Amino acid sequence: MKKLKYALFTGCTAKESTPEQMMSTLAVAKKLGIELVELTEASCCGASHLQDYDDFLSLVLNARNIAYAEKHGLTMVTICNTCQLNTAMTKHRLDHNADLKAKVNAKLGEVGLEYKGTSQITHFLYAIIDDFGLDAIKKMVVKPLSQFNIAPFYGCHNIRPSELQNETHKGHENPYNPTSLDDLIIACGGVSVDYVEKNKCCGFHAELQAPRTAAVLTGNAVAGAMDANADWMVTPCPLCHLKLDTQTHHASLAIGRDVSLPVLHMQQMVGLALGCTSEELGLKHHVTKVDFL
Amino acid sequence: MDAITSQQVTFKIFRFNEETDYLPFYNTYTLNVTHEEVVLDILNRIKWDHDGSLSYRRSCRHGICGICSIKINGKAILACKSRLFDLIKIFGTDLTIEPLSTKRVIKDLIIDKKDFWEKHAHVNPYLVSDIEETPASEHLVSPHDAEKLNEADYCIQCGACHYSCPALAINEQFIGPAAFAAAFRFSADVRDEGVLERLHIVNQEAQGVWDCVKCMECAEVCPKEVNPIEKITKLHNMIFEAHIAKNNVATRHAVGFAHSIAKHGLLDEGELVRYSEGNIGVLKHVPVALKMFSKGKIVLPWNMPKADKLDEIKKLIKSSSTVKF
Repeated sequence: MKKLKYALFTGCTAKESTPEQMMSTLAVAKKLGIELVELTEASCCGASHLQDYDDFLSLVLNARNIAYAEKHGLTMVTICNTCQLNTAMTKHRLDHNADLKAKVNAKLGEVGLEYKGTSQITHFLYAIIDDFGLDAIKKMVVKPLSQFNIAPFYGCHNIRPSELQNETHKGHENPYNPTSLDDLIIACGGVSVDYVEKNKCCGFHAELQAPRTAAVLTGNAVAGAMDANADWMVTPCPLCHLKLDTQTHHASLAIGRDVSLPVLHMQQMVGLALGCTSEELGLKHHVTKVDFL
Repeated sequence: MDAITSQQVTFKIFRFNEETDYLPFYNTYTLNVTHEEVVLDILNRIKWDHDGSLSYRRSCRHGICGICSIKINGKAILACKSRLFDLIKIFGTDLTIEPLSTKRVIKDLIIDKKDFWEKHAHVNPYLVSDIEETPASEHLVSPHDAEKLNEADYCIQCGACHYSCPALAINEQFIGPAAFAAAFRFSADVRDEGVLERLHIVNQEAQGVWDCVKCMECAEVCPKEVNPIEKITKLHNMIFEAHIAKNNVATRHAVGFAHSIAKHGLLDEGELVRYSEGNIGVLKHVPVALKMFSKGKIVLPWNMPKADKLDEIKKLIKSSSTVKF
């Protein structure tokens, strides 16, 4: 197989509150022989909030990030669902609106950059599944997760709106019955658990302004996974991870029931199956202890 | 032709009659469906051939009246517009048919949409304009100005987004995506003079746009591609542009991103929470912050990473910003 190479847009949490996400991304990429060129010039994507304040500024900043991936001539890989949505949404809007693209490029031109629209944008989950392939992963599994019931938590911004996702990962995922993460769990030897909340919202984006709504959503998600007899949860989104891993106290109070499960990043799950160590995957950085190892 | 034109499907249908039942139950029917049939055809077949008491709403049969919206395996759809074969592709051949909201059932698939209409009425969903009783000429809207509605006027008030919105399911005060789309539709109309009043309504805490959880479900579920969350974003923008954004945790949370990016290129997570909540409000986050700190999940201010070519980012923020707070 030709060596896979991507431009890595890490997003902010990988550098701050989820160091384990960055560690496990690099560990898994190394195991799979995937080359990641980090876009060190990239700015924050605005996390779906900057655009509420200043939509045009948000577009310019995201277009700039994509322009750097284009300079490398590489597909951009994201490791955060919200980075994926904001970046893919920017690409979609600029690629379908020549006037808007010209306006954004007039600004980028001031710093010697241009958004062309030549780079695709995909989440690392889909890079692994679509480009590397589940069969290839299966062959590399050295420590199958066969003793675990694992609850996939997809995260909104990888699956909705499907109109965007069709451009980036070939339209295999239906938001009402997503399968990619289930397939990856199975490829890693685990048992994927079905539950209603797997494609629902974790509440992260409303945590400050609507704390009760956010806490109930988190509580429902963890409770759903627990009731389906999951041993742990797995998510491709570091923001979902933060919510599910660090906020279970508030979530338990909000829904009137104690809920808590270890939550792994998708990269950590793959890393375990491929034989990476707990240290390499940063499992010590979790607030809800990863107690099954 | 090799294509499969008929398939056996098991339908589980939600039943409840508040006059005779204490609890809802499900009836199961196994039927052969053809590639031409939509969900409404199946409901009709069950009613006409199996159980005449099955109740559901139907009217136009071509996706314009919005009355036949129900849920299939949790996905809100128009029964008259959704082909069975498309649903089988997503869910397989076990399909559960339920009302849009099981909490609001009157009978079987029929719900009381009172809350939907109250929210709709709450945003002044009409043109506010002083028009003379006998105007001398028509008030024409150019195609360019009509485009500003951004297809918000395509809404058929089916309730698919309203009853799929997780924020609304938890916080009943929340106005919800359909009514927000209506608020935008009239506020974006060049003939309207009630924009400011409408923006004040959608700018309120708890009921307004700030409580949106950004799950994108309203954009996904809408059968008319109204894309309510796009309109919610536009309402946010209009609130800032009209200089009526209040100085509160929600507005500072949005503005804080611009501050942080201008300083570091990246988001300073700790500073965003402090700026959004204020020096006192931030204290309630201390217990979680301490746990996170003990696990190496908090970067201290002096260790805050910065994006390369920060000057470039700063220059772009200066030249591309369109609003002030």
